[in-house]
Amino acid sequence: MALVPTPLRDIAKVVRSKNAGPFEITLDIVFKTREDFEAVRKSGVITRELVSELYNVPTQNIITFGFFELVNAVKITLPRPRVQGGIGETDMHAAQQHVPLQEIKIPWPS
Amino acid sequence: MAGVSNDEIRILTPSGMLGYGFPIDHFKMGLALKPHAITIDSGSTDSGPQKLGLGEMTCSREAYVKDIEVLLEAQQATRIPVLISSAGGDGSNLHVDVFRGIIAEIAARRGWHFKLASIYADIDKAHIARELKAGRIEPLGPVPPLDPREIDAATVVVAQMGAEPFVKALDEGEGVDVIVGGRSYDPSPTAAMAIRAGFDPALAWHMGKIMECGALCAEPVGRNVMGYLRRDHFEIEPLNPAERCTTASVAAHTLYEKTHPFLLAGPGGTLDLSQCRYEQVSDRRVRVSGSKFIPANPYTVKLEGAKTAGWRSIFIAGARDPIFISQIDEILAKVLAGTRAYFSEIPEETYQIIPHLYGKNGVMGDLEPVKTPAHELCIIIEVAAATQAIATAICGKARTSLMHAPYPGRIATAGNLASPFTPLEIPLGEACEFNVYHLMKIDSPTTLFPIRYEEI
Repeated sequence: MALVPTPLRDIAKVVRSKNAGPFEITLDIVFKTREDFEAVRKSGVITRELVSELYNVPTQNIITFGFFELVNAVKITLPRPRVQGGIGETDMHAAQQHVPLQEIKIPWPS
Repeated sequence: MAGVSNDEIRILTPSGMLGYGFPIDHFKMGLALKPHAITIDSGSTDSGPQKLGLGEMTCSREAYVKDIEVLLEAQQATRIPVLISSAGGDGSNLHVDVFRGIIAEIAARRGWHFKLASIYADIDKAHIARELKAGRIEPLGPVPPLDPREIDAATVVVAQMGAEPFVKALDEGEGVDVIVGGRSYDPSPTAAMAIRAGFDPALAWHMGKIMECGALCAEPVGRNVMGYLRRDHFEIEPLNPAERCTTASVAAHTLYEKTHPFLLAGPGGTLDLSQCRYEQVSDRRVRVSGSKFIPANPYTVKLEGAKTAGWRSIFIAGARDPIFISQIDEILAKVLAGTRAYFSEIPEETYQIIPHLYGKNGVMGDLEPVKTPAHELCIIIEVAAATQAIATAICGKARTSLMHAPYPGRIATAGNLASPFTPLEIPLGEACEFNVYHLMKIDSPTTLFPIRYEEI
């Protein structure tokens, strides 16, 4: 079957970002099925290096990165770019920081 | 209170956040199932540091009165205890007392009488300083080590209590009907009820962890939820018949707002959910087993504090001219440099000017992958300074300079900005900043959390 680059937002059930406390931001990608989860994992697109690039965080500073089968989800936790709610805040709840992640392209059956 | 059998304890949680309101009909359906307690959390750091920093609450006093009256009415009808955690959002002593006041006021108006326990969670700064010196405080996650000056700078420092202070209040209180907890780990009230009744702490914490968010674990997400804790498992079911818990929705719930999906650190230990089993026992109910709790030795609690960090003013303006928008970075750099030069008598380190450019990168800042700005911009200039007057003055100078800034190719010579509001410069009051977010080792899980008992 031909594979075409498909944005993650068209594949996953949930792609979201949120504070995990005032000093961390956490990103969840939840898949509809185990098959989708495994196919995305196998594609090898979602890596620590990709996260490092998208969120300008050195890979050694990534707090959590993993594919978790029990919940068919990828979880990524990063230090917050600034402490939540201080001067210069742009996203108090860090609820809109998922977009670079949902736009990544996965080779996917057309 | 209905006696807890050896086999099952039932907990009703009407909502994930006290003060947001919840459907009364579903709450009453929950009461009909004869719960042994009602638990509800009121706490969150999520809406910002101003609660700890300035003594603000998450919801209005009126919103709390409305929700608490429903809870007290249920208490009076059923005589089961009502346990509230993290009063007011930050769980400071100030807000525990606000809740005490609300409860007393409602009881007087309705002619109700009951026994109230209030648990306080403010931690004495001198105690924190001593513990810091003794090497018993460390950062929690990507947080700088605690500087003793930050302890002084914090308006108030609270600690998240575990289940033990709630258990103590229930034991000592001899028939305590209502507990208002200061800052608490969100699952503590539910865990306290179950642990006190002799159930497995791991299951108790896990069920509490799910229920503290109300029916957020359901599809679609909701408010009222019922938990049934038994010897070797628990079951969870939303009360709204239009919602259902599924194995996927319950398992995935612990992803939400958490650092790790399976390892959840709290007061006194870490909940390990990596070996859990989730079973669909009915269309709308899920059974969970296999939760593990790894006790921490020594016991630690999380400290939270925030300080004030100067005064802020902003202006909000639109820009629509494509010639202006195409040069916005250069124009803005010049305007802000000019503003700083104009206020040369104010030390530069005492104020900040931060542009927010919506339509360009207002939400993501430097992380924004899209580099082409939209056809119109919302420009917000944030100024933080030592006083409100200085912040507003700097903000005003930046606004008028940007309004009239010349730039190459300018043909709209009357003004660069479309201003929607007066005042053109908006004073925002004091800004706050989280400055304490650390783990402190403690010898006893109860001594830092004094309890006050009273007959209402």
